[in-house]
Amino acid sequence: MPIKIIIEKCTGCSLCIKACPFDAIRILDKKASIDLNKCNLCGACVEACKLKAILLEKPQPIPLAKDIKDYKDIWVFIEQKNSKIQPVSYELLGKAQELAKKLSCQVVGVLLGYNLDDQLDELIWRGADSIILVDSEKLANFQDEPYTNVLVKLINKYKPEILLCGATAIGRALISRVAVKIKAGLTADCTGLDIDPERKILLQTRPAFGGNIMATIISPDYRPQMATVRHKVMQPMEPDKKRKGKVIREVFDNSSYTSRARLVEIIEEVESLVNLAEADIIVSGGRGMGRAENFRLLEELARVLGGAVGASRAAVDAGWMPYSHQIGQTGRTVSPKIYIACGISGQIQHLVGMQSSKIIVAINKDPFAPIFKVATYGIVGDLFQIVPALTKRFKELKAKGR
Amino acid sequence: MNVIVCIKQVPQTTDVKINPQTNTLIREGVESIINPFDMYAIEEGVRIKEKYGANTTVITMGPPQAEEALREALSMGIDEAILISDRAYAGSDTWATSYTLANAIRKIGNFDLILCGKQASDGDTAQVGPGISSHLDIPQVTYVKRIQQIKDNIIRVERMMEEGYHVIESPLPCLLTVVKEINEPRLPSLKGMLRAKQAKITVWTQKELNLDPQHIGLSGSPTQVIKIFTPAPRAGGQILSGDPEEIAGKLLELLKSEIS
Repeated sequence: MPIKIIIEKCTGCSLCIKACPFDAIRILDKKASIDLNKCNLCGACVEACKLKAILLEKPQPIPLAKDIKDYKDIWVFIEQKNSKIQPVSYELLGKAQELAKKLSCQVVGVLLGYNLDDQLDELIWRGADSIILVDSEKLANFQDEPYTNVLVKLINKYKPEILLCGATAIGRALISRVAVKIKAGLTADCTGLDIDPERKILLQTRPAFGGNIMATIISPDYRPQMATVRHKVMQPMEPDKKRKGKVIREVFDNSSYTSRARLVEIIEEVESLVNLAEADIIVSGGRGMGRAENFRLLEELARVLGGAVGASRAAVDAGWMPYSHQIGQTGRTVSPKIYIACGISGQIQHLVGMQSSKIIVAINKDPFAPIFKVATYGIVGDLFQIVPALTKRFKELKAKGR
Repeated sequence: MNVIVCIKQVPQTTDVKINPQTNTLIREGVESIINPFDMYAIEEGVRIKEKYGANTTVITMGPPQAEEALREALSMGIDEAILISDRAYAGSDTWATSYTLANAIRKIGNFDLILCGKQASDGDTAQVGPGISSHLDIPQVTYVKRIQQIKDNIIRVERMMEEGYHVIESPLPCLLTVVKEINEPRLPSLKGMLRAKQAKITVWTQKELNLDPQHIGLSGSPTQVIKIFTPAPRAGGQILSGDPEEIAGKLLELLKSEIS
């Protein structure tokens, strides 16, 4: 039994019940009892118990083939699309520099793609101490298999201690595949990263249960320690043109670049002004928008602010906006600087997709709408009057050139 | 053609709320459901069966009560169900989970297409689907929003990306993870529910699968959860009032510094 209650110590105080995210503990005969069919051995109860009455047997560490002392430096997988480096990569380089100071190690940007030489300086100015570049026409666009092959070979050759990657469509598909191949620990969609000062290991904090709980995860016995990181959470460095770094070019044989799956076509959907995941400002509409045409009001405001337009599930299900704009549990998760929710009541399924936004503005007719509980600024009123008034004001502000 | 759908039973997270006094989760009356994304995978499996003629199998790894989730999938039209359940698999992270599922799929033997939801609503990792294809060393396409066609052992799909989508062709066998846009899951028919109630569910434990103990459960998992906590609730906001022009003016002042 990997977890048990020490009956003599348990007073039935039920603190563990509150801590359990899996609803696996009950009080029977004034003592806690764990339902092992529900328990996930997460250890939350062990920490919550003030009487040390819960014992979680740590598994015997399995001797590893790899000697973890051989692994050093922090790698950032640099994501590019159309030979353009994605903003999330600069955010990760900024964070990696902060972590590297605590580990006294280097930050290495790992870049796969084609014709990228003109962007290497920028990577170094913004935090890469060196770059490993694999430049091939065959890697011009992301494909799961060749990118996995190449990254696995590079990891085996250079042995990084930590590998960070954006929690993007590409990052999540690629890094999951890589982690399995090399048996490394991988934590998804982190919003916090730090180094444990004593053990010098990566502390990875991420939301689970749609953001209702946070978990800190470690991978102490495996290398590299791998994490995907949410957009817009980490701060990029200001470019420092004095920074210097070397570029290591790697070439692989053709078999490493082959893919059984074939990318036939890339379709860009131009209706979106800005990529939602990367947008600093999102203007989002829900059921209160009434009909598809009314989203034009939001598009105008978004255009003035240089933002993107999002939608709640209700608005997407009504056919007013395409699914690619949906924010929430069954859509995208976003964390812009400013999220303006218009006519969105704020059901939990929507909140989990946007509650990590820095500032939330809510405009709703119903003063009791749940969205107001998470709003930084709440406006009870008619969005059809307030949104155009906002657009007008911000337009004037822009015209003045501030 | 043989289609395998991987599903997970999850708590209905919509019911998870935080008690503002104690800052803990309130879970009274939380029911277990099939992960919402997996419903699209089940539906797609049934549609492929109807369109191309396929044998469909649903599998899940979980405690004995995950059988309910399998029966629900059967009621929607999936042919067979396998439950992978053993205390030895408890505490698995995404590495160990995908290892266990991949080996169960190997034991099933014949498979052409594996379907998963894009991620589970409790863990939100999106790592198990690609993990399975990596263990099996087959091609994968994540975030699939449409299957265009399956012809001559090649599947052509649309993969959702941040700024549009990719059209991808892959030989079978391959693994897809699907997003909501792919379909609208059906409600089970009465006949389906009756069949599901009577169906026999195969259960595989560690005895049947005989997996390497180094790769399963808590001890086979590279990651460890060391702390779980509830995030600080967002601080109560400020209500802006006045006529629309006044409100717009106030908001402009408040947001000005954030807008470059």
